[in-house]
Amino acid sequence: MSFLELNKVTKIYPNGTKAVHETSMNVENGEFMVFVGPSGCGKSTLLRMIAGLEDITEGYINLDGILINKVDPSDRDVAMVFQNYALYPHMNVYNNLAYGLKNRGISKEDIEKKVNEAAKLLQISEYLQRKPSMLSGGQRQRVAMGRAIVRNPKIFLFDEPLSNLDAKLRIQMRLEIKKLQQKVGVTSIFVTHDQVEAMTLADRLAVINNGLIEQLGTPIEIYNNPKSMFVAGFIGSPQMNFLEGELINKTLTSEGFEINNVTSDFNGPVILGIRPEHMSQTDKGLINLSVDLVEQLGSDNLIYGEIKNKKDFCFRCPGSQIIKKGSKLSLNINDNNYYVFDKSNGNRVN
Amino acid sequence: MIRYFSSNFSHLILLIGIFIMIIPVWLIFASSTHTALIINTQGLQFFLGDKFLENYTKVLLYEGGFFKEITVLKMFLNSFLMATGVAFLSVISSLMTAYVLVYFRVKYATLLFWIIFITILVPLELRIFPTYSVMSTLNLVNSYWGLIIPISASAIATLFFRQFYKTIPDELLESAKLDGANTWRFFIDFLVPLSKTMIVAMFIFMFVFGYNQYLWPILVTSSEQYWTVVMGLKMMSGSIVNKFAFVIMSMIPPVLIIIVLQKYFIKGIFQDK
Repeated sequence: MSFLELNKVTKIYPNGTKAVHETSMNVENGEFMVFVGPSGCGKSTLLRMIAGLEDITEGYINLDGILINKVDPSDRDVAMVFQNYALYPHMNVYNNLAYGLKNRGISKEDIEKKVNEAAKLLQISEYLQRKPSMLSGGQRQRVAMGRAIVRNPKIFLFDEPLSNLDAKLRIQMRLEIKKLQQKVGVTSIFVTHDQVEAMTLADRLAVINNGLIEQLGTPIEIYNNPKSMFVAGFIGSPQMNFLEGELINKTLTSEGFEINNVTSDFNGPVILGIRPEHMSQTDKGLINLSVDLVEQLGSDNLIYGEIKNKKDFCFRCPGSQIIKKGSKLSLNINDNNYYVFDKSNGNRVN
Repeated sequence: MIRYFSSNFSHLILLIGIFIMIIPVWLIFASSTHTALIINTQGLQFFLGDKFLENYTKVLLYEGGFFKEITVLKMFLNSFLMATGVAFLSVISSLMTAYVLVYFRVKYATLLFWIIFITILVPLELRIFPTYSVMSTLNLVNSYWGLIIPISASAIATLFFRQFYKTIPDELLESAKLDGANTWRFFIDFLVPLSKTMIVAMFIFMFVFGYNQYLWPILVTSSEQYWTVVMGLKMMSGSIVNKFAFVIMSMIPPVLIIIVLQKYFIKGIFQDK
């Protein structure tokens, strides 16, 4: 039995909107699970159902062997970090951390010990007497995490906790969350729309679209082996290139080139997906790209250009390679690293 | 230079305003320190006289009414009880009403709120007969509760608290829930401290409102021992200087409550910022 089990969990709002469709998954003890998807895909709703902040319309959720569908949020022993932190503005940091413990009837000495431990872990000991309004964004974030840690819950739930931070701090906090989770070892679920956050934090990640889990797996599995066009487009940066084409008798024709011996029995219109980093320059390659724009990132260059009818086709090459705007490139796909999707439903066919 | 000028100019306007408002009060105060003879023959006095102690002591010891059951001191006590009662009850009732309207899954909460709000449009005078009838049925005529209860539900205070609660982000409630706060704890530990400033402001407002009541106390009490200060002002017999002295004294409680609570009021505002 898994630590957290979701079985055909469904959420239908009173107005009839179906936010989550029969979602089933298991999360193991100590695992860091990330829900990733575009805004409005139902990932937050799913998280809030685990927390008990939304009712479950159908299906059931088991946490640590207990059915929690009808258990009050306060009795579920879960801790949540909110996007805007939701710190208690009228309490100082110490009381923010201590409040949940007080409600559980823990003795004053124990509360003090636990709060001080958590504060030390998060390096917020010197701010304990301050009100949240006197703290910076990063410090508030730490307090919000401290409030979760101090209760030593069964599970941590993070609802896009990094989106209010600036880019640099976000990367730093991302690292700290991962380190902290490994140190404390508490099962965690992290919701984000940022695929970089998802890839870097997750032990496993669930790509969610329109209330459905499109794919569940380790970040590398999902990157290497996306099951659908949606997942392929969502995971990976810059985004995968999609070209229209037709697959007949294992031969794929697209935008002025052909690929033979495609490992698929599918016949009909398809979408060909190629990641920008899965191509290299050769003398007589498959794809002819006329360069419109070069983005130099230092370590890499992102080359955008046109191939026949397709605009903004992206190719990634090492930063040492100097490519000028207006030049023509000839590209080959490395090691057959391409993906073929059924045009009608987006499912992977190769 | 323009700033200097305009700042002086606005001070001038403020001073004129203060002057206009303070002059009548001062005239009454100054006149209350003279003998009745001087007022009756020479009119209101601008300068202080020498009968301050004499006139004010006489008022304090005054016994009013037909049966002499009431003293001025007792009137102050009555008014104080009534005003504090009204202020306490209306702050508590509107805090809780707003809590229910905003945070509970009440069907037609908005409609209910507007029905409460409509009562602002209906003055006390219009509903005075049914209100009296209710109080009479409940046997609360000639009692402090009879003075206090009918005016202790404030639609305006409910409006203020409701609008304030609506600005509190939902995450705060959710976070508190996960921290184990039940319905009651959330109210006591979050909403009450967060609305501290507004509570004080509403308390002042409702205290003055209760203190200034005239028509209702006159209707609901027939016994002299429930006279309030405002009733006493009308009922009091005696010389003009004593009446003036009483007017001045009647101003003290509301002014005092504003001065005392304003300190907390301002402190609250700055703490929350």
